[in-house]
Amino acid sequence: MSVRKIHSSARAALADVLRDDMTIMSGGFGLCGIPAALIDAVLESGVRGLTIISNNPGTEGMGLGKLFKTRQVRKLVCSYAGENAEFARQYMAGEVEVEFNPQGTLAERIRAGGAGIPAFYTRTGVGTVIAEGKPLAEFDGKLYVQERGLKADLAIVHAWKADTEGNLVYRMTARNFNPMMASAGALTVAEVEELVEPGGIDPDHIVTPGIFVDRLVLLDNVDKQIEQRTVRRRAAVVEE
Amino acid sequence: MPWTRDQMAARAARELRDGYYVNLGIGIPTLVANHVPPGMSIQLQSENGMLGMGPFPWEGEEDADLINAGKQTITTLPTTSFFDSAASFGMIRGGHIQLSMLGALQVSEKGDLANWAVPGKMIKGIGGAMDLVAGVGRVVVIMEHTAKGETKVVRECSLPLTGTGVVNMIVTDLCVFEVGPDGLTLVDLAPDTTLDDVRANTEADFLVALQ
Repeated sequence: MSVRKIHSSARAALADVLRDDMTIMSGGFGLCGIPAALIDAVLESGVRGLTIISNNPGTEGMGLGKLFKTRQVRKLVCSYAGENAEFARQYMAGEVEVEFNPQGTLAERIRAGGAGIPAFYTRTGVGTVIAEGKPLAEFDGKLYVQERGLKADLAIVHAWKADTEGNLVYRMTARNFNPMMASAGALTVAEVEELVEPGGIDPDHIVTPGIFVDRLVLLDNVDKQIEQRTVRRRAAVVEE
Repeated sequence: MPWTRDQMAARAARELRDGYYVNLGIGIPTLVANHVPPGMSIQLQSENGMLGMGPFPWEGEEDADLINAGKQTITTLPTTSFFDSAASFGMIRGGHIQLSMLGALQVSEKGDLANWAVPGKMIKGIGGAMDLVAGVGRVVVIMEHTAKGETKVVRECSLPLTGTGVVNMIVTDLCVFEVGPDGLTLVDLAPDTTLDDVRANTEADFLVALQ
């Protein structure tokens, strides 16, 4: 069994990689499926001037939100940033640069970056500020805007299960941006909840093939956060 | 009596058709899920990467890995599938979702939509709205008719646009407009709401063809 991809901790996996002013892609949607331990390792390293590519900037003090508290982020490329008050303050004060993308455009830019596609055309954003300054082209009588592929120096992702080859499986909606980001990092590090021997995952069920994953960290405790806890009350059953 | 939020959702639910794949936005659109007619098969898409969205979980059965696009805990159904964000927006952009229902700050008589930014205020971002209105065949806006006394049904949107000529129907607390090549047509009124009530609260011109 090969163990060359396996690192003993998030800190060890990132030790020789992190540097000031680098671009990092970080998986997750809200706090769901975020690489929380790897984010903590970026925090502890103290690297600054980061460009972060992620759907959201975490919440205040959670996930990527921690890196805004310590002012390690220079620029955020995201889709939505409504749930982080400290980020909002820095953004309104002009202390952090922000590039908003339509969510599907962001996802496709990352997919394209990982797939060797430098640019593509989409209907999304035509006629809005998103299309300003970007090339437009007409196809089959409709106007489309050109968007560029995105790559990063480092991609950090969270998966549910990996084998030692780096083949990854995700769990439910924690998949989100993680698979595309895994493909778009010059170096990709995955934190996983479970690590199995090769053959321990049905090859038909693998979502991210190990070719996209350079390093693996097995988490010893997994702390997952829920942003909006919404439930049906059991009493409702009685009423029915 | 204007429609309540729940009554607006019920009215919007009349636009559902058997077999539709539907994306419901945050707020009143989410309530439409409670008004799917019995026997009708509807699959709800959540753009963070799920088709076949189930109801909220029972207390104690919440799972941090299972949320909707509003970051609320939800459940699966026997029909559920999961996929990544690129595949999710491939479905949306590719025209595979039949109906999108979402909120708005302003809608113009040409079907232009503004729903993401107010100049001078903190911009929270765009999310999936621009992709949804660009890619989904039929777009229904559900919103209050006015905000702070100002109409939201306007001749031209003054706020930053989400898309141009993308809205097909507007459901408000007062009435329902169809949006077509000739502009707005009033097709339904809330109980005890008059044409004059609608005119007094609407900047855009509209035709009347009550059904």
